[in-house]
This record gives sequence, C-alpha cells and structure tokens, in this order.
Amino acid sequence: MTGNSLLSVEDVTVNLPTPRGNLRAVDHVDLTVGAGRTLGVVGESGCGKTMLSRAILQLLPKKAKLSGRVMFDGQDLLKLSPEKLRQLRGRSLAVVFQDPMTSLNPVLTIGTQLIETLQEHLELDDAAATRRSVELLAAVGIPAPEQRLAQYPHQLSGGMRQRVAIAIALSCEPKLLIADEPTTALDVTIQAQILDLLAREQRRRHMAMIIITHDLGVVAGRTDEVAVMYAGRVVERAPTPDLFKKMRMPYTEALLAALPRLDAAPHTPLPAISGRPPDPTRPLRGCSFSPRCRYALARCQAEKPALEAAETSAHTFACFHPIETRADANA
Amino acid sequence: MMLQSVPSISPGALLKVDDLVVEYPVGSKIVHAVSGVSLQIARGETLGLVGESGCGKSTLGRAVLQLRRPTAGRVSFDGQDLTAMHGEALRRMRQRVQLIFQDPIASLNPRRRIGDIVAEPLVIAGVKDPEKRKQLVYEVLAAVGLDPNLVVGRLPHEFSGGQCQRICIARALVLNPEFIVCDEPVSALDVSIRAQILNLLEEMKGRFGLTLLFIAHDLAVVKAVSDRVAVMYLGRLCEVGPSEQLFAHPAHPYTALLIEAIPVPDPDVRPTETVPIGEPPSPIAPPSGCRFRTRCPRADQRCSDEMPELRAVAPGQLVACHHPLI
Repeated sequence: MTGNSLLSVEDVTVNLPTPRGNLRAVDHVDLTVGAGRTLGVVGESGCGKTMLSRAILQLLPKKAKLSGRVMFDGQDLLKLSPEKLRQLRGRSLAVVFQDPMTSLNPVLTIGTQLIETLQEHLELDDAAATRRSVELLAAVGIPAPEQRLAQYPHQLSGGMRQRVAIAIALSCEPKLLIADEPTTALDVTIQAQILDLLAREQRRRHMAMIIITHDLGVVAGRTDEVAVMYAGRVVERAPTPDLFKKMRMPYTEALLAALPRLDAAPHTPLPAISGRPPDPTRPLRGCSFSPRCRYALARCQAEKPALEAAETSAHTFACFHPIETRADANA
Repeated sequence: MMLQSVPSISPGALLKVDDLVVEYPVGSKIVHAVSGVSLQIARGETLGLVGESGCGKSTLGRAVLQLRRPTAGRVSFDGQDLTAMHGEALRRMRQRVQLIFQDPIASLNPRRRIGDIVAEPLVIAGVKDPEKRKQLVYEVLAAVGLDPNLVVGRLPHEFSGGQCQRICIARALVLNPEFIVCDEPVSALDVSIRAQILNLLEEMKGRFGLTLLFIAHDLAVVKAVSDRVAVMYLGRLCEVGPSEQLFAHPAHPYTALLIEAIPVPDPDVRPTETVPIGEPPSPIAPPSGCRFRTRCPRADQRCSDEMPELRAVAPGQLVACHHPLI
C-alpha cells in the first residue's frame, strides 16, 4: 500500500497528558491517501479528527506523545529534523484551518503573508512573488486582487479570509492539502463557493486532499473515500458511495439517520443517538460506541472489535454486529 | 400571580409583528439590521426564520421580545402592544415569553448550581414558597430528560453542551411560557446531540402547548421543526410560506440559492457548481430596491429602482420579488 500512496498513516496513536489523566486522542489509526485523491475524515467533536491532522502535520501540542509512523512522499515525517519539516510544511504539505482569523497574522498585510510564504519556499524575487500573489488571489476568486495585497485580514469578510488562507496554502503547489473544517465558520452560500473552489483547484493541480469535517453532507459529493472516527479510532472506512449505501458500522448509520433531511416532512421525529461519546480519559474495554449502540450485545462491552474488511479490502469496519448490507440497488 | 388574559385582536395570531425596524449606530454610521419586517405567528405554530449571518434574524428575535427596543414598528403579543410596555407591565409579560440561546454553556452562570439557575425565573416572578419552587424545578428538569436529584446541586461545567442546552430549555419552560424564541438552539451541538435536542423541543412544544419562533441558519434543521418558514436577507423578508411548499417550490431566487447550497449527505447528488454569486453587502449601506439584487441572477433595472413588497404567489406563500421563480 505504501508504495503508491502519497501519505500513509500507520498505527498512529496520540496521547495527551491532562489534569484528569491521560487522554488518548488518537487510537491506533491507519490511513492512506493516494496522489490526487480526496479523503474525508468525519466525526463529532472530540473524536480525534483534528489531533490526527495535527499528528500528520507534526503540529501536536508539546506534551503530546505520538507513536506510529507517518510516511509522506517517501519520507518518515517523525524522523525529519524540525528544519526539514518546516521546509515541507507550506511547500508540499499545506493546511487550511477552520478559522482563518487565527491562521492569518492580524498585523501583516495579505500581500506580506503571501509573498513571505512564496519566498520562503520558492526562489522568487519581489516582483515575481508579487505577480504570483496577484494570480493566486485571482485564482481563489478574490475581486480586485492587486488592491487586496495592501489590506489586513480584519478588512476582509470571513469568506474572503478563508479564500486568502487557501491562496497561501496553494501558493507553493502542495502535493497534499489538509482542510480542517474549512467551511464550518462560514455561511452556507459561502461554504458552497469555498468547497467548489477547493475541488476546482484540486483537479487543476492534481493535488491530494484530506477534508476533515463533522458534516457528512460536505464529504458526500466531494470525496473519493471517507473514514469515520469515533472516540479516537477509525471505526469505518470505505469508498464514499459504499460508506453511504452499504455502511456496516452502526455508528455511521446512526450519524446519517440523525441528520435532519430536507426531503423529510416537518415534525418527523429524528432517530437520535442516545447518550453521548465516552470520556476519552477513561477508555472503555470494549467497543467505545457500545453504550449508545442499539445492536450491542455482551461481547461488545468486553472486547474491542478490530477493523476488518467488508466485501472489498477498501471497505473496513470495526464491529461485531455489523449492519447487513441491503440488497444492492445498483445491481 | 395569575395573569389576566386579554382578548386577542386577531384570533389565532399569538404574535404580530408590524413593519418592525431596528437600526443602531456603529461609529458614525447606521446599521440597518431589520428594515420593515411584518409577520404573524399563530398560537401553537412554529415559524422558522432562516438567513445567513448578519441578515438580522437574531436582532429580529430580540426585538420581538423587547430585549432590543425597535426603532419603529409594533410587536403585539396576545393582543397587547409590547412596544408600548415598560417596567413592571413588561416584566410581567416577559413571564409568558422566553428565549433560548445558541451557546448553552455561555448562557449559564458558571458559579451557580443548576437548581438555582432553573429556579431563578420563579424567584423573579415572585414565587416565594421554596417548596413550591423546588417542586416546579424538579418537574421541569425531569421533563427535559435530566434526573433532578443528580443535577440540581451541580455546576454548569460538569455538563456537556447537550445537557447544558437541556438545562437552558428547562429554565425557559419553568414559568410555563406560551411563546419561546429559539435562537440557533442546536448549531453549537454535534449531530448526534442535535437530533436529541430537536426532538426534545418538539416534545416540549406539544406538552406545554408552545408557540415558537425558531431562528437558524441551517435549512434542514428549520424544516424539521417548522410549520412555516420565513427567509430573511439583509434585514428584509424575502419569502414566507408553509415549509413543504417553500422547500419544494421556492419563489424567491435567494431561497432557491440557499436550498441549492446545502450539502446533501448523498453521494449520488453531485454538488452543482454554484454560480459565483459573491457575498452579502454590508447592512450599513444596503443596496437600493431589492436588497438581494447584487447577487441575483434575475435582477434587472426594476430591481434597483423599486423595492419589491411581499405578495402572495401560492396559498400561504408570500414573496418579495419582481421576478419570482413561480
């Protein structure tokens, strides 16, 4: 698998010491992303999706303990020097965060931030870097890009700031872009525009992308593959159509069912998931979803199910009592 | 402490908002947050109010409850003009109307115990008997799905976001109100918790005979609970109609855009590349005529010259557009 994937996350575990004890944020996660492919990582708050992205980027809190291996473009990221890592990040490995206000420097102009990134990683003189910055801002749909260079982040709207953050992330033609809840802070019409923009730039640049989100709607039409996380683990992973149509993990099913749908009549009661996710400082012995799962039996509380393959090796799930695949409608 | 009931002017409509305007200064400029909104909510009805950030939907919700005094216009509740009420009369009226906020954790005082938080409206309303208060608090906590014995002595930080929202709902219900403004009550919650709270609100609505103004930016959430939906853009209503009708046959181009922009959790529904329609203009300098015209694919000269008024296009469906889709 490692041979043809751009990124491979192998048995990654992240532990964070907290006043209440050790918090296992990421629990033995394996993932791969091929060049030009899009992986969606879906889960609710506290499921470890952001810590996983930070583990890939090597941007974990100082106290965090990471084990496992992260291979990117043939290099083991955990073995790289801080200097090498810095060169890699922003160049071939880029990131867009949820809140562009925190990822942009409030006291520097948009132009300074773009030009700085370009000159840090590429050998460009001032004129070439400025020209390139204008092109990038135009490419991400910012009107009057020349004038924007002199503006500060606070002078832009949330959607425009996120476009700038994307322009900076794309500036050095990364091979992989990690988008961590890139549209969660934005309005729905702006969200659609930003997701379109990411998809378009990805196709154009043949870039791989990881979209981290809590919203199954965001990954449905825009990813090749989806990994569902719960309590630090990947509990199901499948090519996107299979995940939505032939899901095996009860959590995936419950998460999808709990979404209000536009095609449902008003006042239709939602099949809610009872209870709430487990306390990550107190790991459960068995399946971490078992206390909320309507299919759970005694074994689920006693033993942790391993990820195993469904019909194809591309589809894996961790459950002792998986949902029987419905009659294949596509047949 | 019984409130005398006043015969309502228009039978059925518990809340009537007439030509409501809310403007406030920011520096030397004026923000036109709500610019002439009229709507009615019938007793027992849920009206959903959708729109993007900055469209004035929260300001409208607050102005309805007189938490922000409107600049002009009238709000009548059960036949009484709230905009003309002050002091004690307004405070008494407020016992019949409540508000639930977006951030459940921030809306609970971190230093007070849950039992006191939920009892506070009773104290303010003058329920002097501590035993009576305790009984009402226990009843309402049980109604929202919490174990009163386990929660009354604890502090807000001991609860998750979903549980805090249950506590906020309990506090809103403890005076047995008739009308609640829910301002983005589930947008801070995770999907699995959101469904629990939406179901709870629906259940409480039936049990307490509530009338709701449900404000949210998420159209699917709004549809799930609303009998009718009002769509707001830059301080004005674009469209109002029965939920099913509005979502199946939107008449306003903005409503259609909002519906189209929702990511659908179905891989067979390929996202249509949305026309790049930019961002909403500032409410400090809203466009002339139809406020949506700067982003509207159907806009023409008339849209900048003439403000469209709400008019009926189908039974119960009103639209403010010169070129409606139906």
